[in-house]
Amino acid sequence: MPRLQRRHFILGSLGAAGVLAIGWAALPPRQRLLPGKPLTVTPGQVALNGWVKLSVDGTVTILMSQAEMGQGIHTGLAMVLADEMDADWSRVRLEQSTLDPIYNNEAVLMDVLPSTPDGDGLGKRAVRHLIGRLVREIPGMISTGGSSSMRDQFLPMRRAGAAARQMLLTAAATLWQVPLGECSAAAGLIAHRSGRKMSYGELAERAAKLPVPMDATLKSPAEFRLIGRPVHRLDAAAKSRGAPVYAIDATPPGLLYASIVLCPTLGGRVAGVDSRAAAAVPGVRKIVTLPPFPAGLLATGTVSGGVAAIADAPYQAMRSVGLLDVRWDHGENTDLSSDAIGAALAAGIAADNPSVHYEHGEVVRALAAAATTIHADYEVPFLAHATMEPMNCTVQFKDGAATVWCATQAPAFARAAVAKALGIRDDHVTLHIPNLGGGFGRRYYSDVITQAALLARETDGLPVQLLWTREEDMTHDFYRPAYRCRATAGFDAAGRLTAWQTVSAGSTMGQPVLLDSSTDGASNLAYAFTNARSAHQSVESAVTMGIWRSVAHSQNGFFTECFMDECAAAAHRDPLAFRAELLQGSPRHLNVLNRVAELARWSEEPPKGPDGTAVGRGVAIHESFGSIVAQVAEVIIGPTREIRVRQVYCVVDCGLAVNPNLVRQQLEGAILFGLSAALHGEITLVNGQVQQKNFDTYAPLRMVDAPRIETEIIASLQPPGGIGEVGTPPIAPAVANALFTLTGKRLRSLPLRLG
Amino acid sequence: MTTLTINGESRTVESPPDTPLLWVLRAELNLTGTKFGCGRALCGACTVLLDGAAVRSCVLPLAAVGTAHVMTIEGPESRELAALRSAWSELDVAQCGYCQSGQLMSATALLTVTPTPGDAAIDTAMSGNLCRCGTYPRIRAAIHRAAETLAR
Repeated sequence: MPRLQRRHFILGSLGAAGVLAIGWAALPPRQRLLPGKPLTVTPGQVALNGWVKLSVDGTVTILMSQAEMGQGIHTGLAMVLADEMDADWSRVRLEQSTLDPIYNNEAVLMDVLPSTPDGDGLGKRAVRHLIGRLVREIPGMISTGGSSSMRDQFLPMRRAGAAARQMLLTAAATLWQVPLGECSAAAGLIAHRSGRKMSYGELAERAAKLPVPMDATLKSPAEFRLIGRPVHRLDAAAKSRGAPVYAIDATPPGLLYASIVLCPTLGGRVAGVDSRAAAAVPGVRKIVTLPPFPAGLLATGTVSGGVAAIADAPYQAMRSVGLLDVRWDHGENTDLSSDAIGAALAAGIAADNPSVHYEHGEVVRALAAAATTIHADYEVPFLAHATMEPMNCTVQFKDGAATVWCATQAPAFARAAVAKALGIRDDHVTLHIPNLGGGFGRRYYSDVITQAALLARETDGLPVQLLWTREEDMTHDFYRPAYRCRATAGFDAAGRLTAWQTVSAGSTMGQPVLLDSSTDGASNLAYAFTNARSAHQSVESAVTMGIWRSVAHSQNGFFTECFMDECAAAAHRDPLAFRAELLQGSPRHLNVLNRVAELARWSEEPPKGPDGTAVGRGVAIHESFGSIVAQVAEVIIGPTREIRVRQVYCVVDCGLAVNPNLVRQQLEGAILFGLSAALHGEITLVNGQVQQKNFDTYAPLRMVDAPRIETEIIASLQPPGGIGEVGTPPIAPAVANALFTLTGKRLRSLPLRLG
Repeated sequence: MTTLTINGESRTVESPPDTPLLWVLRAELNLTGTKFGCGRALCGACTVLLDGAAVRSCVLPLAAVGTAHVMTIEGPESRELAALRSAWSELDVAQCGYCQSGQLMSATALLTVTPTPGDAAIDTAMSGNLCRCGTYPRIRAAIHRAAETLAR
């Protein structure tokens, strides 16, 4: 039985039609080896292609277009190239790439455009071809998000490494006048079978004169030396020594510091300001009023206007802002509240005609014919990203050109924001992108970057660093939207599940219906439903909203996996066995589920907690970004009725795990990130103002609350799936389902609270 | 003008006495390893050692430092910090790394007073240091490993 998702189907047809119309041959495959402009090199250094430079001293410099925000992608990508190149891993260095289209992220587009077409038929290949061509033509479509970096760059990085290796082999063979086949490469050396050897550094200049092979042979997995191994992170030493690796650490000569207060009402502006006391603070140079502006791509709402103080030292600027007497024009959002939005969402899930994103079989008929039906309503709140490094950006605007130090997941957005703010061309903006002190989706947005650029107009060519306080960071985020979902299921007289339907309501974040990813993780589930449908009702508000680790999967994993548990209970079945039965046709999912059952010893009684406390156990499985994750959570209820998660078992099938150590690290991190939200995370709005201001009222998990985590990676040679986000969606439902076994009551609202 | 002892050296600074130590370190002394996170002693990113004890430099006025010895992540490496750093690297603790200077300072203070802490002691000593990447399980393991190294 074919599975139809409307967005998939339409895109597939368009793709196929497009290719037929234009003709396959007219669309050459996208080449990602050679940039439009050769790489810049330092003396003694050559560029072998757009991804790697080699120095005569043997240093291998690998170009990084992706943001390192903790996920370890710099280490992972460097491993991929270095392995195919047979580079000496100890000689590998990293450098920020340009914004050349060879680095454009095709994988994230395949996801963000009408999600991934199923199967591997003509439609899918056609779409990939068209997107590849599209991506090639548009400058600056570089981004780090959607757990896409490795999915996107695994092959290009391998090809780049293999091309470099082949050039070095050819250079040596030519020099030695021996057949190429008699030479081999390993750890930065080319060797001839006679025993003669030359280092990569010695061969660099000769190799660079050779044509770049576009089809160098890639290694077979058996030949991998780095890929698949638990290699240590390249950034570990710098990060344990407090090295200046973040945007906030930029200290260009003459640096000035700015602090800002933004209108507390979202989207509001400055009506007037008495800055006499603020301007009198020693060291303060200027008080600047900044306008509100639209949130921009992949987000909703309006960034509040505010007032900034520019000073010689950061604390002077902060003190000065504290003395500002600002009269706010609160604008149109003064009756915006999370309660009212919650009511609109409740109405939304009962709407007459939600947009159907996925339909398989005939749900309406199946529900009408069902012997019994159950339904449940779920809700999730707004969430902040709360990256540890607060929003900041440093800009120097001098002689019509800007130099920017910023943390961004979308460098071309950042560059365009600066260019627009300063009225200059994109190519007059130079970006320095250090490591990000956390991203989680927040750093897709260029709000603070725009503000810093506007301030840089006021400093006579001196660089200025704008740093938000934690309070501004918390109250002016692009929040994960609040959502509700009504889930309905029907069973036949024998207790078999015959119909499954979810209707969610919430922001589509500005995406038109065809591109709307609101039901990602609720549509097209691996479960073998006879009749299934997912629909979404757009409910918009003026809240600034954006993408948050695992995006729509963050809520849909909770909705679907909690309801699956309710279905199992309604069918009087073990929740894991019930899922397994529905996954018989999906061997990868079934394997992940069976492995987590074994890891958690599901068939045995759960262990007792301290003093014989009962331990509840819950399971959830969710696929996102090309990877499948199952988790079992063991939960106890503490003496003050607090929820304590003691242990989490986690199994992932992420295809080939390029670096199992980093995969485990990401799973642990994603579980704890999701657990912070499940147990504590909630942003509320009253009168258009966010109520949580710092880590006391928006309280992430602390070490004392962190469970033990045991992870297992399924061995696989399938192409790598995403890993940065995929551990987040299952944890909230696993914990909620565990609590049910302790209390007999379903908690359907996040954060989880025992009554 | 205030004279401080920082990382074993005497340093004279011009920041006004009410300036939190964090900003003196970062902006005046260019010791940027100590991080700003919350400004209210809630997250621990700004943790430094004051005569060996972990303190939050974002709320510690310069005037309150007095003659105490300030140690930052850039300072001379104590036995404890050296062992912790090795364990941090061996176990790949850091992800984004932004909170890690503070985590290492808190862990150093812990091991100086309690050379072989149990899980409960680690949780107590470290729960003032937030990490949004979720490195807690590895921090716990790395502190145990550093303690083992030091005990040998």
